[in-house]
Amino acid sequence: MKINLRSILKNYGIVIAFLLICVLLAFLSPVFRTVNNFILILRQTSIYGIMAVGMTFVILTGGIDLSVGSVLALSGAICAGMLKSGLPIPLVILVTLGVGMGCGLFTGVSVTAGRITPFVVTLGMLTIARGLTLIYTKGYPISGFSPEFRFIGGGYFLEVPIPIIIFLAVVLLAWGVLTQTRLGRYIYAIGGNEETVKLSGINAGFFKAIAYVIVSVTAAISAIISTSRLNSGGPQAGVGYELDVIAAVVIGGTSLAGGRGSIWGTFIGALLIGVINNGMNLLGISPYFQQVVKGFIIIGAVLLDRLREEPS
Amino acid sequence: MQTVLEMVGISKSFPGVRALDKMSFDLYKGEVHALVGENGAGKSTLMKVLSGLYTADEGEVRLHGKKIESAGIRQMIDAGVSVIYQELNLIQHLSVAENIYLGREPRIAGLFIDWKKMYRDVEVLLKPFNVNIDPRAKIRSIGPALQQVVEIAKALSLNSDIIVMDEPTAPLTGNEVDRLFEMINSLKKTGVSIIYISHRLEELAHVADRVTVIRDGAMITTKRLDELDTEEIIRHMVGRQLTEQYPVMDIPAGDEVLRVEGLSRKGLCSDVSFSVRKGEIVGFTGLVGAGRTEIMQLIYGYLRKDSGKVFIEGKEADIRRPRDAVRRGIGLIPEERKKQGLVLGLSVFDNASLTVLSKFSSFGLLRKKRISDIVRDMVAKMEIKTPTLRQQVRFLSGGNQQKVVLSKWFVRDCKVYIFDEPTRGIDVGAKVEIYKLMQNLARQGAGVIMVSSELLEVMNMSDRLEVVFDGRIVKEFRKGAASSEEVMEYALGLHAGGGAGGDTAKQKPGDAQ
Repeated sequence: MKINLRSILKNYGIVIAFLLICVLLAFLSPVFRTVNNFILILRQTSIYGIMAVGMTFVILTGGIDLSVGSVLALSGAICAGMLKSGLPIPLVILVTLGVGMGCGLFTGVSVTAGRITPFVVTLGMLTIARGLTLIYTKGYPISGFSPEFRFIGGGYFLEVPIPIIIFLAVVLLAWGVLTQTRLGRYIYAIGGNEETVKLSGINAGFFKAIAYVIVSVTAAISAIISTSRLNSGGPQAGVGYELDVIAAVVIGGTSLAGGRGSIWGTFIGALLIGVINNGMNLLGISPYFQQVVKGFIIIGAVLLDRLREEPS
Repeated sequence: MQTVLEMVGISKSFPGVRALDKMSFDLYKGEVHALVGENGAGKSTLMKVLSGLYTADEGEVRLHGKKIESAGIRQMIDAGVSVIYQELNLIQHLSVAENIYLGREPRIAGLFIDWKKMYRDVEVLLKPFNVNIDPRAKIRSIGPALQQVVEIAKALSLNSDIIVMDEPTAPLTGNEVDRLFEMINSLKKTGVSIIYISHRLEELAHVADRVTVIRDGAMITTKRLDELDTEEIIRHMVGRQLTEQYPVMDIPAGDEVLRVEGLSRKGLCSDVSFSVRKGEIVGFTGLVGAGRTEIMQLIYGYLRKDSGKVFIEGKEADIRRPRDAVRRGIGLIPEERKKQGLVLGLSVFDNASLTVLSKFSSFGLLRKKRISDIVRDMVAKMEIKTPTLRQQVRFLSGGNQQKVVLSKWFVRDCKVYIFDEPTRGIDVGAKVEIYKLMQNLARQGAGVIMVSSELLEVMNMSDRLEVVFDGRIVKEFRKGAASSEEVMEYALGLHAGGGAGGDTAKQKPGDAQ
């Protein structure tokens, strides 16, 4: 009996925690338990949730990317600039994604070919991208876009906000990549033991670099949504986002040492953060206090995850 | 004879496994009592009970006739039990003296470490060992043999009169092993009792007074060493007669499949040339550090060579990285199984399929059914003991882990297999299985290279034996052409001659620069 309970906790601990928190909040706040509020939470979650999906790839390889917030700002600003100069929206989107890809390629190659630790490379990228954003915008936000573009962040499809649809699509796509493709299996294997992967005749460096490209592209996707939704691309966009993004991945049970974790875990982790932010706002808890709670949740999630490490 | 330790009717279960089943064990004052058994027989569990790491479900531990009531790690150390683990528990960046006195440094006014006294005490402590160790030296700067001395000295400084040594000779070379045996013998004379765990049965004759064989968590027999011979010990370990430890095979060798010419890299090896034919097992032996593993890694492209050529089926192969080697049909079963052969946290399935994912995917998308069929077949054929294919390999025994590494290459159907110490840390029964698998490969027309430190094994298994000394092949023997003493003489470099590769027995017309 005891063993059963343990194995349930082990595999679904974070889901249970998530549901308990939802039930508790639903109990405490009538507003929380409305459909509209739930859609609101999902929409708020989608911006950093999308990046958390990308971040899962990097963390699975045993790396980290601190630069997502800055990459979001840079690609968002360039996106805004291009829109202002009247370029067609599809082209703008492609180039914005290209900017993200470029940033990821730079960090990926520095980590693999340059053999610099991911922490240092992406810390550098965090400053570089933020600096480039400031140079490009001269420190001022670029605002005011066409309704067509604003549809991406503010529109609905069958009453579901577009950002949520994009978020779910990214989650599904990433899940497919991680479980059904060569790249996905290699990412887990690299995080588990890179030396073995290399000795098995696999170009570990290439696949590891791809993970950094993926996370930066997700930052660019979030940049497009955020720019559209706020109707503005500014130098201060995305400051500090990396913390929530990494927190979502860690809460979701992906090991910072690499090799273990899942997209669904990240999905729940991102939602949990969204629910807590939303719930505490509804209950009128001070934002200062919210930070404290979030911190404890991160630590608690890792503690919960420890159960998995111990042989049952 | 005075009994210092008695463990009576010890049982210990983990969910699903009964690791120890009414196990009994005793130890006399001043004796070396060897504990042998296959991997997973329960040796480590028993020692973990003794060290206080595990609490037994049943049974009792008596030290000097007194029953131990609460056995925590601290209590057992205080009671005089020290365990020296296989992977030594020393802190690499601290000094010898700091390691020995970790947590109980001599202090001045209870506050400042009394370095002078600490170093002096360590010098006194190390004196009887007759070794040259500076108490101030960092642990990482001294070799594994001296690190072991430090562990023993630490045990003595804790006033331990029972010392457990787990595979103490594994990292040591021949001379160092002899020194260790001397040390053990002089410890015995001072009244220290030693529990000696080892896979190398031939060592027991040098150190052990009594032997206890355990199997499946139970004591099978305890006898004086002179009442047992190796064959009987092995029989007790595996529970069956081991008639064909080295299966005989006669396979006609075919065309040349691998040729290496003038392989050199400064400081690692010079002018290594040899060839392997289809259906042939070519052995490589030599002392630890002779460069056997490095030669293999150079061929495989894991280390970069200065010069030399590798030919596969007569065609020159430009191998710069492992990827190139794998593409040309070479598979490496590395010496460090856990660090280089496996991804421990991944499943049997994921590990075994790692090398074929690219072969069975279209546009990056895995053909899962196909891969799954192939892996399932292989795991069944190899008789890998695992509850499911989803089991993480870190939970498998050494022998089964090795079979997973082998599966990974077998599914690729390589032309050349390089086995680097394939049976290290594997129990006797599984060893024979690995031998047979190697022969099967040869029978199917692959070329097989076997690197091994176990002379008996490599001499019996290989059709030709290359002896490596100081980064060179100093002698080649045909099967059965030499006694083990002769091979050892070459391995020790007694016939090496002067110049680099000058008068080696076997030299291809030199095209190395």
